[in-house]
Amino acid sequence: MTETQADAAPVVEVSTVSKRFGGVLALDQVSLEVLPGEVHALVGENGAGKSTLIKVITGVHRPDAGEVRYQGQPVSFARPLDAQAAGISTTYQELNLVPALSVAENLFLGREPTRFGLVDVARMRRDARALLRRYGIDVDVRRPLREFGLGVQQMVAIARAVSTNATVVVMDEPTSSLEPREVDRLAAVIDMLRAHRVAVLYVTHRLHEVFRLCQRVTVLRDGRVVRTTDVSSTTRLGLISMMLGRDVAEVREHGVTSFAGHGGDGRADAPVLRAEGLVRRHVLDHVSVDVYAGEVVGLAGLLGSGRTETAKAIFGVDPVDAGALRLGGRTWRRWTPATTIRAGLGMVPEDRKAEGIVGGLSVRDNIVLAALPQLTRAGVVSEARCDAIVDTFMRRLRIRASSPHQRVSELSGGNQQKVLLARMLCLRPAVLILDEPTRGIDVGAKAEIQALIDDLAAEGLGVLLISSELEEVVEGAGRVLVLKDGAVIGTLHGDDVSEDRIMTMIARASDE
Amino acid sequence: MSDTALVRWVGRGGDVLNRLRDYGVYLALAVIVVFNLVFTDNFATVGNLRLQFVQVVPVAMVALGMALVIGTGGIDLSVGSVMSIAAALIPLYLGYGVWAAIAVGLVAGAVVGLVNGSLVVLGIQPIVATLGLLVAGRGLALVLANGRLVELFDPTLAHLGNGAIVGVPITLLVLAVLAVSLALIMRRAGFGRRLLAIGGNARAATLAGLPVRRTTVGVYVISGVVAAAAGILVTARQGASDPSFVGILIELSAITAVVVGGTPLTGGQVRIVGTLAGALLMQLIVATLIQHNLSDAFARMIQAAIIVAAVYIQRDRGAA
Repeated sequence: MTETQADAAPVVEVSTVSKRFGGVLALDQVSLEVLPGEVHALVGENGAGKSTLIKVITGVHRPDAGEVRYQGQPVSFARPLDAQAAGISTTYQELNLVPALSVAENLFLGREPTRFGLVDVARMRRDARALLRRYGIDVDVRRPLREFGLGVQQMVAIARAVSTNATVVVMDEPTSSLEPREVDRLAAVIDMLRAHRVAVLYVTHRLHEVFRLCQRVTVLRDGRVVRTTDVSSTTRLGLISMMLGRDVAEVREHGVTSFAGHGGDGRADAPVLRAEGLVRRHVLDHVSVDVYAGEVVGLAGLLGSGRTETAKAIFGVDPVDAGALRLGGRTWRRWTPATTIRAGLGMVPEDRKAEGIVGGLSVRDNIVLAALPQLTRAGVVSEARCDAIVDTFMRRLRIRASSPHQRVSELSGGNQQKVLLARMLCLRPAVLILDEPTRGIDVGAKAEIQALIDDLAAEGLGVLLISSELEEVVEGAGRVLVLKDGAVIGTLHGDDVSEDRIMTMIARASDE
Repeated sequence: MSDTALVRWVGRGGDVLNRLRDYGVYLALAVIVVFNLVFTDNFATVGNLRLQFVQVVPVAMVALGMALVIGTGGIDLSVGSVMSIAAALIPLYLGYGVWAAIAVGLVAGAVVGLVNGSLVVLGIQPIVATLGLLVAGRGLALVLANGRLVELFDPTLAHLGNGAIVGVPITLLVLAVLAVSLALIMRRAGFGRRLLAIGGNARAATLAGLPVRRTTVGVYVISGVVAAAAGILVTARQGASDPSFVGILIELSAITAVVVGGTPLTGGQVRIVGTLAGALLMQLIVATLIQHNLSDAFARMIQAAIIVAAVYIQRDRGAA
């Protein structure tokens, strides 16, 4: 996997490109060569300049200095569409698909096969099915895209980008919503692309993918290239220390994820939350979950196993057909987010953008959103108490914003996630459900959030942790419930919690 | 470079554009005032200014209610019909005293708002839900009034419509009180915050445990009551209840005022002062054209052009 095509001429060549936004130098004399048939990883913390670099290559931004050469010729694409026409296609992290259109229509948007001037729907569907089958996806391509999960949507976006006869494919965080199984398929697709001498520029936060999928890696920090190297000649620790600009020894001491150890397993007398026999037709099959004070409970399982659905049922987002919830000294048969929040439960949802932040409002208004009922006396919001809460939590969670009045949509993903955590933490919950708390955020913010989860548990908060990154669940949780097809298939405690044990459990359940 | 530094810079660069979107209405207002000062005879007279202000009151009031509805991401097409229902009820209940009649009119507005809001909460799209009441409401008003114009000779009502307190028309005072109240609600009340959260991201508001349904219904009730109040003031000023024509097409003028005033149709923001300025701008444009002998029909085309321009300027606000 590690042969480098030293003989081949680079297909994309970025030489000493600088890009300035006002007083900020986003790219500082960055040079990068991408060879045909190589998968070239681009890593760095948020704000390191990865996105800007991609945007310079694909024609979204123009460089202030330096030049971009494509197949040996200097190019300056006016628009991303021009880059695509020339053979550079991009899958963006923010899916740029149309949820209401069918899967087939999304795949062929803007280049529908026509017959006598009309869209040849039959052919489009046939081609779409064939295309997706190559990615191991077998879905009804006539259905609207929004009916499918994020994983399928992501694969459709990738399939769309790759199917345009590209010579270069830029993948921006392609696996942020994929399951391990789907990552395998993506790996197969990437192998196929390599075989066709297509170059892949692979942007990711997940370092293990660099080692699995890529041959060379370029590390960016503060707008500069720290180093470009063969993947085989570096280590994960080495990459992290380059990204953070810190010593390898320092990083090693603090671990890869920032969980101190296994979340406390100390049992109080009674659980602070007990969900009993939750049933939701076709979704949840008698799921029971206990969470004790000071404990981090993990929910593991593949996409569609019912992790998120369990969280939503407990929080009251989706009503259950049967089951009960013991929380805050009461037993509920029917409950909603408003009642569970009052009873001491909080949830940070999986889809930060669609279900979490209110983009048009300020950081401050987003933080106090859920606390509004408590902060309102006789219909009037107490501004002083809002300020106090916002100040406390912006400090404690180190939320980086120009001011509390900055729009939350202008913050980075990690800081938005912290805002959502603050929104729930200021309610002083007894139990907090975290659904993918570190998805799509940079290494630094990820570490901070993981460390925070540890601290909170140590202070007595019960946490229900969901993550598609198994290592996060394994390192963060003291007890893990493994789900499959909407049912709990097993529980692991303390030292028994390992990625292997979880995968074995799931595999064994599949064989039955 | 840190992420936030970049974001801050982009934010500042975007500010110029944002300011144009947010404050363009005041610029346009200034332009039209200057134009009139130069080219229109008798523009800067007390009489003319007073007339312009008095004429803008109904649209401005309805637009304020509309602004809150639009802030939730909804729309209220039924406002004109609510005005006509309130107008039709006045002569029917005037026998119980003028204040009783006004109260009945306002309650009727609240009831229509309650129906609108309930339909929206049940999942019917606001434009469809309120379209129903746009049609049915005027029908109801015409049934109540037997389709006739009724002249009214109540001195209190006449004073309400045409009187003044220390030289300021009472209708204008009503508008001022309404605007200040709504501005306070938007700025200080939990209700206002909830409204913006719903408009910005209804799903997030639900997951934050906010009473989304109650708030949504409340917003439509406010719009209904405000529209009824506007209908009553028009009736008082005319000295006649005219359910066939009162408030016809006012929903379009109100939406125009809101959008021109800088409130995005996508919801999540409400501009009270901008809405007032938007209403005044549209009023002055029509008045200017008429004074320069251009027809009302022409004025409507200008109005259409302005609303398209305003929505165009706001087109990517939602994504910002």
